[in-house]
Amino acid sequence: MDSEHDSKRGVPTRAEMRAALVKRQGEALVSAFEHSTVAVCGLGGLGSAIALSLARAGVGRLILIDFDRLDVTNLHRQQYLACQVGRPKAEALTENLRQVAPYVEYVPHVARVTEENAATLLAGAAVVCEAFDVAESKAMLAETVLTRLPEAYLVTGTGMAGIGPGNRIVTRRVGRRMYVCGDGETDVAEAGSLVAPRVMLCASHQALVTLRLLAGLTDV
Amino acid sequence: MVKVNGEELAVAGLSVSELLERLGYAGGRVAVELNGDIVRRDDYGATALHDGDVVEVVRFVGGG
Repeated sequence: MDSEHDSKRGVPTRAEMRAALVKRQGEALVSAFEHSTVAVCGLGGLGSAIALSLARAGVGRLILIDFDRLDVTNLHRQQYLACQVGRPKAEALTENLRQVAPYVEYVPHVARVTEENAATLLAGAAVVCEAFDVAESKAMLAETVLTRLPEAYLVTGTGMAGIGPGNRIVTRRVGRRMYVCGDGETDVAEAGSLVAPRVMLCASHQALVTLRLLAGLTDV
Repeated sequence: MVKVNGEELAVAGLSVSELLERLGYAGGRVAVELNGDIVRRDDYGATALHDGDVVEVVRFVGGG
């Protein structure tokens, strides 16, 4: 194991953490990730897991947006702590991510993304991850990003409810700038459940597509 | 013929709204790309489909 760092010294330095990332991911990817901005819209089961993956990978700047507060029913699948119930998710997640990846720049917004404020909130993002829970909100964000942010890629998640097989969760590319992850059909209202690893599978598809796009890889 | 999600359909002349209705999609829960460009929701009624068009309809379901 890598034991060069003495835990008694506390949190590793920026240089130590970058060197560790280079060791695991290679200089080319680290350099591409650290100069990038990604926005995550919705910080529930999808968004909190996407953000955690991207923070660990060393994405330079993360815009984290959710209007909601953490509920006890979120804890089974979302990247929060029991002591954070009741707190705004954007703030609580930023705290957690700082514990994991302290040198990422975090831009939390306790806000609802609308057609009117999207261009302002999401400015500078090379990739926008859609991680809302309501279908109409997902559709609104897709249309808004693809019409108002002409340079950004959109990575959306649709169909990850229930306890169906993991192999039905896939990534599709639609057009030039939209990637669609999920099984494409399982609605939470019909499935009646959300199961952590299936939601996280979809989140991992979204995070991986995002990192691939930052690395200049557009195929699926 | 119009290619809709990879399938050739005889829907030239219909509007995007009429296509969505025919296919049974709920208008507020989809994103529609026509020849690679997103179609704004407000334009579904006024956007006509022509022979050779390529349409992608992404259906969104709840959960996240």
